[in-house]
Amino acid sequence: MSTHAATHDESQYYVPHSSRWPIIGSMSLFLLVGGAVVTLNGWGSGWSFLPGILGILTLFFGWFHDVIGENQKGMFNLAVDRSFRMGMMWFIVSEIFFFAAFFGALFYARQLSVPWLGGEGVKPFNKLLLWQEYSPTWPTNGPGAVGGHADGSFETIPAFGLPAINTALLLASGVTITIAHHALRAGHRGILKIFLAATFVLGFIFVYFQGTEYHHAYTELGLKLSTGIYGSTFFMLTGFHGLHVTIGAIMLTVVWLRVMKGHFTPERHFAFEATAWYWHFVDVVWLILFVFVYWI
Amino acid sequence: MAHSEHADHAEHDHHGPAHGFIQRWVMATNHKDIGTMYLVFAGLMFLIGGAMALVIRAELWTPGLQFVDPQFFNSMTTMHALVMIFGGMMPAWTGLANWMIPMQVGAPDMALPRLNNFSFWILPFAFLMLLATLFVPGGAPAGGWTIYPPLVVQGGANFPMSMFAIHMMGISSILGAINVIVTIMNMRAPGMTLLRMPMFTWTWLITAYLLILVMPVLAGAVTMVITDHYFGTTFFSAAGGGDPVLYQHIFWFFGHPEVYILILPAFGVVSEIIPTFSRKPLFGYESMVYASASIGFLSFIVWAHHMFTVGMPLAGQMFFMLTTMMIAVPTGVKVFNWSTTMWKGSLTFEPPMLFAIAFLFLFTIGGFSGLMLAITPADFQYHDSYFVVAHFHYVLVPGALFAIIAAVYYWLPKWSGHMYNQTLAKWHFWLSAVFVNVLFFPQHFLGLAGMPRRIPDYATQFADWNAVSSIGAFGFGFAQLLFVWLIISCVRGGEKASDHVWEDTHGLEWELSSPAPYHSWTTPPSDAVILRGTTGH
Repeated sequence: MSTHAATHDESQYYVPHSSRWPIIGSMSLFLLVGGAVVTLNGWGSGWSFLPGILGILTLFFGWFHDVIGENQKGMFNLAVDRSFRMGMMWFIVSEIFFFAAFFGALFYARQLSVPWLGGEGVKPFNKLLLWQEYSPTWPTNGPGAVGGHADGSFETIPAFGLPAINTALLLASGVTITIAHHALRAGHRGILKIFLAATFVLGFIFVYFQGTEYHHAYTELGLKLSTGIYGSTFFMLTGFHGLHVTIGAIMLTVVWLRVMKGHFTPERHFAFEATAWYWHFVDVVWLILFVFVYWI
Repeated sequence: MAHSEHADHAEHDHHGPAHGFIQRWVMATNHKDIGTMYLVFAGLMFLIGGAMALVIRAELWTPGLQFVDPQFFNSMTTMHALVMIFGGMMPAWTGLANWMIPMQVGAPDMALPRLNNFSFWILPFAFLMLLATLFVPGGAPAGGWTIYPPLVVQGGANFPMSMFAIHMMGISSILGAINVIVTIMNMRAPGMTLLRMPMFTWTWLITAYLLILVMPVLAGAVTMVITDHYFGTTFFSAAGGGDPVLYQHIFWFFGHPEVYILILPAFGVVSEIIPTFSRKPLFGYESMVYASASIGFLSFIVWAHHMFTVGMPLAGQMFFMLTTMMIAVPTGVKVFNWSTTMWKGSLTFEPPMLFAIAFLFLFTIGGFSGLMLAITPADFQYHDSYFVVAHFHYVLVPGALFAIIAAVYYWLPKWSGHMYNQTLAKWHFWLSAVFVNVLFFPQHFLGLAGMPRRIPDYATQFADWNAVSSIGAFGFGFAQLLFVWLIISCVRGGEKASDHVWEDTHGLEWELSSPAPYHSWTTPPSDAVILRGTTGH
């Protein structure tokens, strides 16, 4: 009975009261993809996205506002905290597999489909009958020279220019967020504020540099989303990564604002840690990107 | 000890369901309410998907075109699959997970109740969008549920609708799977160690890992198809250096684990039911756990057996043939364990047991035809024939669907507090078991004789067995109305069910009252209760 009594106390699980945010979220998601359908089918203009975007923004503000409020009231015990941690961890795992699909496409193209189009391995007839002129070297926009400049040519972005600077920025941001985390745990709020701010500033600078790189690629290099398989993999991988950096930087900003309001204790700071994990995740994805998309 | 447990529950149970439809259902956070919504939704989708199947079988009743035009026929095969897989099977399993996992691990609810509600409510909107394609210009998607480019890229207005509907279903599944994993890993009562967990919880844990790893990959494939269609990428176009076969690889990297997502919880259910009605502990509990995990792992390295005829290097064909056959080993462990559990048991044949035994035999037939398909050179003959249709329907209908029905018959008295009409349920079983074989067994013959799948018309030599199959389809379909009626009347009333419901039940869910209290375990069950409840330990 004593063990029962002991477990009784720590296991007063927090079962949250009913919430309107899930249904608002579902409807907003429906409106958002509905806007996409209307636009892509040519049934309406890009403004069709507006209701969905407003709904999603309301969702994020509202749901997080409620949960942060409940957390500040101390309604979440350690078990709930653990559930949040695990949830975030597995969410990041699912994100990794989303990127894996695109990396899979990149490796498949580089190792299999492009050489096959050039008649290598088991596909000699592609060379003999279909694409006599095509030499399968990477980077490529395929035997049809799809996209690029008017003559089908295009240039790529060298790894050791802006991408290397971006790598340094993200690696530095990984260091600053770790310093901020140590400061939070040691109770040094001043250092925490400075280094957390430094982290999201580095993140936004990264996004800005990616923007200038895209501009350069589109206007001068002939490297576009439609530039064959190189353009497809390049922009989808770096684009989804850039989107994740943007989301991560916004998360960091929100956490920083919460720090400024005095949230988080040295022991309990789930939102900070979840954001830090997310940030390390986009960091690692970038390193893989840098090696396989830009460098080799 | 046990009495004090129940007393504790009574104390905490004064906060029951919220009043008002919107408060209780739309803004739900209770795992039982959300589980019920999942199950009702799945039931509705089974009926819609079943109606589509009957359109297909009506058209195939005799050679020639009689009821629908070929385009609509292709829409029916495509939509039938999408509705049944994403709308029927997966939500049915998630509904069962919602109901049973907190009860089985000794928790009051799922770990993340609001996320749970979000996962559910995405689904009705996703299927609103998918089913709406039936009414847009050009009709519903007709390129097959595998949405292969380049065919699918030629779709009309339905294309973005079905693609984004699939994205929404994927989000729902990922969030649901996260919830299951967190519930099992974090909400188990003290003393409920991993190797004391019931098999249904175990198989769902492995299923949830599969979901988290493969649903994002499907999202990636769908995204690439969308950008190929609208934004000029060339992932699946050879002119730009891509390859349509790449799509098949990515899709089946999702698609094959998806098959196990549909069947692993069925293994769990059967592993719960057979010991109960054999009055013996499950034979080889730990080997069942390891076999499930092995199947989960192997499911990631067999995907290209769906595409043997697409032109892969010989090494690839060999590799995927051998890994596929390897799956027969852990599956065999399971089949033998179930048989051995029944060996010298005191068997009785209540409705759940009947469906579980039918599962054991008929799923095994589906497994054997799967082995035949795994043999690469033989698959060159079977590929895209009705033999394949017969194979996966044997695995999914008398396999996964029978397990879902068995689970409902097994746990419905615990949920509703009433026993259903068992005689009528046995009628439901015999009608289902006979007609499902009339429906699908002849399709093996049709496939081996050369009838291709996904065609609205066929050569006259296939007429007889198609007619037989159609008779089976209508018999099976209408027999399920009996099931609907049985569930509704059981929920509304009937003979009171005892707490243990069946004679020899093990597991924490049976330690709760019938109907189960609104918040399952508000205080963790004691070690003694857990030990009493744990199967065979």
